[in-house]
Amino acid sequence: MEYFLQQLINGLTLGSIYGLIAIGYTMVYGIIGMINFAHGDVFMVGSMVSFIVLLALGVTGGSGAFMIIFALALVVVIAMLIASVYNWTIERVAYRPLRGSFRLAPLISAIGMSIVLQEFVRIAQEGRPKPMQPLITGGYELMHRTLAEGGDFTVKISNMQIMIIVSTLVLMTVFTMLIQRTALGRAQRACEQDTKMASLLGINVDRTISITFILGACLAAFAGLMFLLYYNVTDFFIGFLAGIKAFTAAVLGGIGSIPGAMLGGLVIGMIEVMWSAYFSVEYKDVAAFTVLVMVLIFMPQGLLGKPEVEKI
Amino acid sequence: MSEILLQGKGVETFYGKIQALKGIDFEVRKGEIATVIGANGAGKSTLMMTICGTPRARAGTIVLDGKDITQMPTHEIVHLGIAQSPEGRRIFPRMSVFENLQMGATVDKLRHFDEDLAKVFALFPRLEERRNQRAGTLSGGEQQMLAIGRALMARPRLLLLDEPSLGLAPIIVKQIFAAIKKLNQEEGLTVLLVEQNAFHALRLAHRAYVMVNGKIAMSGTGAELLKSPEVRAAYLEGGH
Repeated sequence: MEYFLQQLINGLTLGSIYGLIAIGYTMVYGIIGMINFAHGDVFMVGSMVSFIVLLALGVTGGSGAFMIIFALALVVVIAMLIASVYNWTIERVAYRPLRGSFRLAPLISAIGMSIVLQEFVRIAQEGRPKPMQPLITGGYELMHRTLAEGGDFTVKISNMQIMIIVSTLVLMTVFTMLIQRTALGRAQRACEQDTKMASLLGINVDRTISITFILGACLAAFAGLMFLLYYNVTDFFIGFLAGIKAFTAAVLGGIGSIPGAMLGGLVIGMIEVMWSAYFSVEYKDVAAFTVLVMVLIFMPQGLLGKPEVEKI
Repeated sequence: MSEILLQGKGVETFYGKIQALKGIDFEVRKGEIATVIGANGAGKSTLMMTICGTPRARAGTIVLDGKDITQMPTHEIVHLGIAQSPEGRRIFPRMSVFENLQMGATVDKLRHFDEDLAKVFALFPRLEERRNQRAGTLSGGEQQMLAIGRALMARPRLLLLDEPSLGLAPIIVKQIFAAIKKLNQEEGLTVLLVEQNAFHALRLAHRAYVMVNGKIAMSGTGAELLKSPEVRAAYLEGGH
């Protein structure tokens, strides 16, 4: 029971990160009907930029709490800004010229952009993994039990986990409000439902698409920072696997659905952690991708896929 | 006669290699109701869309109040004061009625939102009852009302209505045409109306065009065309 609870906490943490990335996939798919395969690498860029800025600022776990909070706030802003510039540029140079082309063209272009980002970071920052000292340490003991077979087991939630879960929750709430309540969000949803009609009502569709890429990049950059702080390491290749898992999460949740992406992220994170805990760590990715295959076969619209009941 | 608000000269539109408009000349003067009638596939809806720049005309010019809009992007054209209730209604199905109307007010930047909302609700009380309902679940007639209401929220100088009577019960058709007439007479709204329901449209129109196979086959006042034997034979006899 305690062991399960601990896995639940771990799964929630990992799932939050996947969920944040998955939203970028699902929003872009919703509005232009393509999978931005470079999105995982935008997440990687976010994480890499976070690493560089933290290094430049010279903060460590030993710095004062105020200093750490200030540094993190700065890192969030810079990482989001730079990831946004990347994603915005990718859309402008690699996807927009191909709009209206055959469906596979932007997909191939996306895979190309993914490789470009990976190789660029590998060459510019070297391929070695970049480790860092834990910045946020400590945590709480939730439960403690002495095991019959000797030793004891403690259910812990680290401050880092609390931070990831809480900040994801806050970010998701703000983001949902933005999509549901503001004119910007309304324009975004309108473009997603009928691009031509949105333009007939005076919406600048190109700009709305750019904003969608920027929003996705901001969430991915935040996830990148969280990833860095959680695992204390990053490299040029983390975007590949995390990206594909987040894509799986988006499909599982129902591609195009924002709450679906979040839910899908949590489920994938949970499956991965539970599989590692009860079966084998080596096969955790297999478990996650088996879910993708199962969903595609048995439930192609996903968990919260769009209900297509529309009167004509 | 009043000034020309919208004028097209030699407008040609293509879908790929297929030519849908084959050199259309037309004009709409301020404060009038103009109508384009014609059979299915004659190019009426293409004309409406071409006016808004989607698809763009490959030849010819379209001028709105002295300004050439032929090559302008769609969202900029509509910001000059053209609103359209398009073919197939194209309401946003996963938004509420209220949100659809908010979208309609994009051009007006929601400045007169409450006032305009009250007007639209007065015109179509049914929409007020359905205010928070998802638009995709409305009946066909209600969706039509929503599409027209949404276009009005933009406070247009020129309202393009594409088949507002399509699929509606006769009583609702009457209501909608009465509403169009009222907007025209009381607010001086200029309307370009595309209709298969030629009888209603011609009775309402100050100026009318008959489109056949991508060309203007005939034009005149609504009353003239109502009397014309060719128009009667092709579009009016039987049914209406």
